[in-house]
Amino acid sequence: MARYLGYKRPRDLKRTMGHLMHYLGGHKWMFLLVAVLVLISTGANILGTYLLKPVINEFILPGDVKGLLTAVAGMAVLYLCGVAATFGYNQLMVITAQKVIKEIRQDLFAHVQKLPLKYYDAHTHGELMSRFTNDVDTVQEAMNSSFAMLIQSFLMLAGTITMMLVLSVRLTLIVVVFLLLMAAFIKFNGSRSRKYFTRQQEEIGKINGFVEEMAAGQKVEKVFNHEKADFKKFCEMNENLRRESTNALTFAGMMVPTIVSLSFVNYAVSACVGGLFALSGLLDIGSLSSYLVYVRQSAMPMNQFTQQVNFLLAALSGAERIFQMMEEEPEIDEGTITLCNVRREGDVLVECEEKTGEYAWREEKEDQVVLTPLKGDVRFDNVVFSYVPNKRILNGISLYAKPGQKIAFVGSTGAGKTTIVNLINRFYEIESGMITYDGIDIRKIRKDDLRRSLAMVIQDTHLFTGTIADNIRYGDQEITDEEVRDAARIANADSFIRKLPKGYDTMLYGDGSNLSQGQRQLLSIARAAAVKPPVLVLDEATSSIDTRTERLIEKGMDAIMEGRTVFVIAHRLSTVRNSKAIMVLEKGEIVERGNHEELLEQKGRYYQLYTGQFELE
Amino acid sequence: MLRRIFSYMGKYKKYALLAILCVTAESLFELIVPLIMADLIDVGVVNGDRHYIYMKGGQMVICALLALFLGIGSSRFSALAGQGLGAELRKAEYESLQGFSFANIDHFRVSSIVTRLTSDVTNIQNSVSTGLRPFCRGPVMLVAATAVAFSINGKLALVFFVALPILAVLLFSIVSHVQPLYTKMQTAIDLVNRIIQENLTAIRVVKAYVKGEYETEKFDEVNRNLKTQSEKAFRLAALNMPAMQIVMYGTILSLIWFGGRMIQVGGMQVGELTGFLSYVMQILNSLMMISNVFLMMTRSMASGSRILEIIDEKVDITDREAEDHEVERGEVEFDHVYFQYRKDAPEYILSDVSLKIPAGSTFGIIGQTGSAKSTMIQLIPRLYDATKGEVRIDGIPVKKYKVEHLRDAIAVVLQKNTLFSGTLIENLRWGKEDATMEEIEQACRIACADEFIDRLADGYETEMGQGGVNVSGGQKQRLCIARAILKRPKVLILDDSTSAVDTATEAKIRTMLKEELPEMTKIIIAQRISSVRHADQILILDDGKVSDIGTHEELLERNEIYQEIYESQKEGAEL
Repeated sequence: MARYLGYKRPRDLKRTMGHLMHYLGGHKWMFLLVAVLVLISTGANILGTYLLKPVINEFILPGDVKGLLTAVAGMAVLYLCGVAATFGYNQLMVITAQKVIKEIRQDLFAHVQKLPLKYYDAHTHGELMSRFTNDVDTVQEAMNSSFAMLIQSFLMLAGTITMMLVLSVRLTLIVVVFLLLMAAFIKFNGSRSRKYFTRQQEEIGKINGFVEEMAAGQKVEKVFNHEKADFKKFCEMNENLRRESTNALTFAGMMVPTIVSLSFVNYAVSACVGGLFALSGLLDIGSLSSYLVYVRQSAMPMNQFTQQVNFLLAALSGAERIFQMMEEEPEIDEGTITLCNVRREGDVLVECEEKTGEYAWREEKEDQVVLTPLKGDVRFDNVVFSYVPNKRILNGISLYAKPGQKIAFVGSTGAGKTTIVNLINRFYEIESGMITYDGIDIRKIRKDDLRRSLAMVIQDTHLFTGTIADNIRYGDQEITDEEVRDAARIANADSFIRKLPKGYDTMLYGDGSNLSQGQRQLLSIARAAAVKPPVLVLDEATSSIDTRTERLIEKGMDAIMEGRTVFVIAHRLSTVRNSKAIMVLEKGEIVERGNHEELLEQKGRYYQLYTGQFELE
Repeated sequence: MLRRIFSYMGKYKKYALLAILCVTAESLFELIVPLIMADLIDVGVVNGDRHYIYMKGGQMVICALLALFLGIGSSRFSALAGQGLGAELRKAEYESLQGFSFANIDHFRVSSIVTRLTSDVTNIQNSVSTGLRPFCRGPVMLVAATAVAFSINGKLALVFFVALPILAVLLFSIVSHVQPLYTKMQTAIDLVNRIIQENLTAIRVVKAYVKGEYETEKFDEVNRNLKTQSEKAFRLAALNMPAMQIVMYGTILSLIWFGGRMIQVGGMQVGELTGFLSYVMQILNSLMMISNVFLMMTRSMASGSRILEIIDEKVDITDREAEDHEVERGEVEFDHVYFQYRKDAPEYILSDVSLKIPAGSTFGIIGQTGSAKSTMIQLIPRLYDATKGEVRIDGIPVKKYKVEHLRDAIAVVLQKNTLFSGTLIENLRWGKEDATMEEIEQACRIACADEFIDRLADGYETEMGQGGVNVSGGQKQRLCIARAILKRPKVLILDDSTSAVDTATEAKIRTMLKEELPEMTKIIIAQRISSVRHADQILILDDGKVSDIGTHEELLERNEIYQEIYESQKEGAEL
């Protein structure tokens, strides 16, 4: 991870803008409306000021009270329009901004679902989370106000410059030169502060990751009295963040005063030159003073513009990180074969809607639908795999799981057992060789369907916030309460659930932290049992469950998995003993295979493992 | 509350003061420049004095440069102050967080804690960094412009006495209504973060069950809720602008009307009216600035109270009763111990547990899933405090030890092992910061971790990844054991920490522990009888109560539960 964060890819502003435009484009009419309303609002403001002169000259000076009243009333109407427009664009902008932000968040989440596990292995959760929170926040901040303000300041600027041009073209040149100077400064300073904003967002991401990891692993921290060391590390990161964000905000904050000062200089130069013009008779004093009023006015929108530029810069850094994540390659899925429910009519399989408990692979070949019954026949043919290039985990594994049987993988830790099942469901892609499932190359099967055909109980139990019943029916929302209870009974979880204050409706929080590890495993098993899968994978699913309870679970499972393939990974040999086929893995290779009795007779590795358990028997 | 938040500024306070000074001085220059300008035209141009024009022009440039200097200073100082405050707040939060017990963490949830440390703090620091300038400039401009306005025409200036209260009322009602909305919004953000966090941690389950779409739908719900909440809050806040405009335009119109009448009656000059109007604009502009700062502060207040909640959370486990004791031998004693996680829970998780573990002995604990084995041993290093009764070490109640000393003397390898991102050796060094390579190698040898570490391409420098994703379950467990041994504890507790280690290796670890660390008290929770059968005493825990304590042989003879467990594991062992 550290490596990843330290590495900075060339930031491509244009690409980020392109992505952003994609989101904004969907609301272009909204933006147009906002622009029109801003125009009205700004127009009312400028027009009101402009009207002052005629009102004074035509009504006030001649003493026309009625006329004055009419004029004031007219202006009131104008101003009301302005206020209404201001109200309108502000509200519209908030609504649109929230919509866009929601879409971005939603797409980001949906995209994250599709990323391969490799990506997750390389990033801390907190760091990924930071993109959803801190980075999206910066974009939202900018959208809420900046767009309207930018249009407004642009309009004001354009208006004032026009007025100045009318008064004196030559003097206006000075202003234009200064405006260009300011623009150059904004551009220069902007790229500098954007760099720091990006670093700031990265640092926030790091802190996010760190805090998340520490809060989650807090017991370990306490047990090791490691608070001080972690605090030191945190302070270091905190200091880094402080430094970067101070820099970012210093450069960003410099913009406004610099622009203000430049506009003073502009003002001074214009005044001097204008004064000289006046002296040489090129300009009358009246025009000069009103010209100078406009010069002064031009500073305001410039100022406002600069302020918004800051928000925009921060937002761009955020957006860049968001879109960078969205550009990550999703899991490859070129499979076309799907899973379907089937009914047997005589010897023929017929595809059907309802759940029959029988499944088939459905392949469309030149207008013809070919159904292959799902049996759970999994073969590995010379499979080579490594998580990191050049570090082989599996070294030419070939294996054949007879369908409808319980197949067990045993072997010492790190032999590659979990890796094998992670390959069957394509959590990771193999390097070479082939894995077939009922004779079909698994790469041809749509990933979702492949995974749906395998219910996995994985080593790390993970539960979700929600009731116990919700967690058991995680695999399929349509599972009835009755089925939930059945599954819980099979997993032997029913008795402890009943003892909880609210039974099946007890809420679980924070990954089920209010349950014991064994109970969490029971729930994970119930979750898998509830979907009544064609193929079941149990990866150390009962490691924290006492052997008595495990026995009972096994009986229940055997009943529902009758005639179906079950893969079991365990260290505890009592768990695998009654499997039909046992594969003994060693350093990424299968060294022995056979059933319990056969393997014991061989007196090989299995025998050693097995007798190790009861070495004094 | 604001005062409390700002009190965390500490050493950065001087920067805040400097920033205020700079901003104030800068705005004064802004007021001076137009005056010089007036001279330039009224004196210089009218009299045709080129020299005067140059001089005044020069003065203006100098003013501009000074303003630039001050402006850069103010932005640097306010950035330092704001970000410094943020850093201090995060530090205070983190410090408080470290004292949290698990009840405390459960109370907030991890995802909310993370938000409170990051985006809530960002809210505050940004409103300081960017709000300081308008906050100081506003009043200066307001005072100066008002003074001038009054000096021009006192009577007309009375319009302010109507306009200002209206403005204040409007602003107040917006701010007071928007505050609770911001709080709600922040809660909605927590909810969104929780879903994201859960999803990220459980991504394997999500993928295995093909629930990506379901999760996305779930997310859609909270996301929509967040959108609604923030839309509500921001829409209300966005009323600020039109409200300001109404007052501003109203004031202008009244001024034209009243001022116009005054001119018609003859109480005022036209020039005065236009001058007056331009100052009014300035006044209202500064009010607008101030109101924006107010809104920003309202939002920070919502964040501020969330931050203070973390800092103020009452920590359950403290050194309050601690005296100066060190664990000498490592004898553990439970004296009629009762425990429950929540005070309002109907039943005790542990009830009436009494037992004594002599120093240096091996003590096995066995029992059904959910029989509170893990809970029981977590009372020893005070991860939780007993609800009733006492846990004693060397005859002294655990509460009388300093938590730090206590946990130094007791090493627990938790059932739910956690490794942290970083290299393998960095993780091991958790046990002992300054451990020598020999010590580390020895600990790894005892834990039987040496054999696979040698096989890793990067050896001790292997990157672990969050939660140790780069090693297998059994390897993780052995590393955790090595990490604990490195502490050289008086008491070592292994909570089912060899479940993923094969039996042969496990037996080896057990022998190594016995031979290499004979003085250490060893408490072993296990599922396998083989893991505890050699223990000096074995405790059978049944539903939080002591069922029996004895040696393997004794229990096999008299305890029914033990016999059942034994049978269930033995069956296949008959060759």
